[in-house]
Amino acid sequence: MTDKTDAPRPSRRRFLTGAAGLVAAGAAGAVHADDANLPPNVAPWSKTLGDGVAVRPYGHPSKFEKDVIRRDVQWLTATRESSVSFTPLHELDGIITPNGLCFERHHGGIAEIDPADYRLMIHGLVDKPLIFTLEDLKRLPRVNRIYFLECAANSGMEWRGAQLNGCQYTHGMIHSVMYTGVPLKLLLDQVGVKPNGKWLLVEGGDASGLDRSLPMEKALDDCLIAYRMNGEMLRPEQGYPVRLVVPGWQGNIWIKWLRRIEVGDQPWYTREETSKYTDLMPNGKARKFTFVMDAKSVITSPSPQAPIKKKGFLVISGLAWSGRGKIARVDVSLDGGRNWRAAKIDGPVLDKSLVRFYAETEWNGEPLLLQSRAMDDTGYVQPSKNDLRAIRGVNSIYHNNGIQTWSVKANGEVENVEVG
Amino acid sequence: MSRWVNLAAALSLTLAAPALAQSAKPHNYGIGTPATPQQIAGWNIDVRPDGEGLPPGKGSVKDGEKLYLERCAACHGEFGESAGRWPQLAQGKGTLASNDPVKTVGSYFPYASSVFDYVRHAMPFGDAQSLTNDELYAVVAFVLNLNDIVDDKFVLSKETWNQVKMPNVDGFYNDDRETTEKAFWNKSPCMKDCRAPVKITGHASVIDVTPDDKTARKGGVE
Ligand code: HEC
Repeated sequence: MTDKTDAPRPSRRRFLTGAAGLVAAGAAGAVHADDANLPPNVAPWSKTLGDGVAVRPYGHPSKFEKDVIRRDVQWLTATRESSVSFTPLHELDGIITPNGLCFERHHGGIAEIDPADYRLMIHGLVDKPLIFTLEDLKRLPRVNRIYFLECAANSGMEWRGAQLNGCQYTHGMIHSVMYTGVPLKLLLDQVGVKPNGKWLLVEGGDASGLDRSLPMEKALDDCLIAYRMNGEMLRPEQGYPVRLVVPGWQGNIWIKWLRRIEVGDQPWYTREETSKYTDLMPNGKARKFTFVMDAKSVITSPSPQAPIKKKGFLVISGLAWSGRGKIARVDVSLDGGRNWRAAKIDGPVLDKSLVRFYAETEWNGEPLLLQSRAMDDTGYVQPSKNDLRAIRGVNSIYHNNGIQTWSVKANGEVENVEVG
Repeated sequence: MSRWVNLAAALSLTLAAPALAQSAKPHNYGIGTPATPQQIAGWNIDVRPDGEGLPPGKGSVKDGEKLYLERCAACHGEFGESAGRWPQLAQGKGTLASNDPVKTVGSYFPYASSVFDYVRHAMPFGDAQSLTNDELYAVVAFVLNLNDIVDDKFVLSKETWNQVKMPNVDGFYNDDRETTEKAFWNKSPCMKDCRAPVKITGHASVIDVTPDDKTARKGGVE
């Protein structure tokens, strides 16, 4: 059942030896080229007809892009039904994640829900408890918003030091798509929240029945009941047919396969907001309800899975985001954080969304310690990992937004390192 | 061009004005069907720390032990110590401030409801929502007993709910990042000579736990 996703996975070592060879030979990305297809020769695709229309009724990426896939880390969890796969950030550009590459985090596998049998129940401290079908939700006024979704445990394996070699694994529990959905406020208006309604229990309909407490203030502010991502219906992995969108807040509360919303006057303290998603501090006490994702950034290329292939002109590329608002600036350092310069932001800069940045340089084989530092419009500056550890210790698991360091070697190979 | 924009702006203003005037009372779209008490009862399975949401019924530690060995121990271990890599449910007391914190029902969970609500929603893993109310009470009582929170004779029910005292109930405090981490807000972060020369202090390649061809998943649940 799961074998299909186990498509050939590229070996990091192959990447690295490949890169080293390229740099040594001074040839760029042309190792596998077939002379018969290169000028002055004419390739077969210039002479023969290809597939016609509708031969691929739902289009897939080119077969040459088969390595651009989500990957998981086997030793992290006991079973794939409660586990995580990571977005291949190093293979992407811009700010939109293709639907099939959005990282997955399930607690009871992927629920396959027939949309005819989908129901959303809203009850509790309300005037008029209601049940909505998917068709009901689709009839209501809707909005379109681009938001990032980051798991609070993104980079959680890196608290004690550099561990996983690739931004797919260190930072790949994030994605960013355009959602279409009904503002949660509009739905709450339909049921009529009683004055003492201060918290919502939001609950999934999958086999984990994941439930979380959501403060009313956030629910009325910008949450969405979404049924589309990037124009098409949600993917099953992302909660088809309906998920909750909680902009800027940790992914765990973006309930997938949303089946129920209960209005109450206090939080529920469910397992996912006590045993999990609380941040253990060095003194043995834990922060609770740490919903907001702090500003963070990562260089996606070059990175361990995307080594430098050629000397000379180099575009450093990465992503930045903040759960508190908009990204105001991103700085890049080539020397491990001694000196910084502002990166160029390209594309839309939206509230609680990913931002793409670039920094251009010349590289001639000298060792680099690449870092990026995000700043948001509240003035928050992404801290170094050590500054973060000085306050949060190393047992927090969640909310590791420290500055990532990539070490670039003379052969173009890139490694995840810690600096001191 | 600009004339059109202005016209559009003017139009939307005049159109918006009456709508705004009505907006004090939310619009009712007449969409959605009333939820009946029976429908709500079938799905409303959450339980709060104060016992709100607890179903009728009861269960003893003794009955819970039998059930736990049948339905839970294969993954969580006979004593809650965990079998393989499944979550550990017991022990770990006094470890939270150590270098190797062990978070369990006894050492970390603040409320019995966090256990009850979770088991009611999700356990046994792969056979969720299959336990009766009495079975739920019993198996939760046994998990509490494994953690020395209730004694061998204890019977868990709505009536005895408030007798359960969780050791780590005071172990949590509200998100305080905006005060304790105020230093991270800085309008003009350093740009030049910000620190002494940088040394590499750790390498991911030395740890070597990144998946590749050699460590690729062979499939199957452990
Ligand atoms: C097939 C293996 C399996 C069985 C059987 C099983 N569990 Fe679990 N249990 C899990 C997994 C996996 C998780 C974590 C799931 C997740 O976090 O997504 C878990 C989590 C838990 C937790 C939360 C632990 C924590 O630290 O947050 C409790 C409590 C629990 N199980 C109780 C039970 C009880 C009681 C039973 C028997 C009625 C049971 N489990 C049966 C696999 C199992």
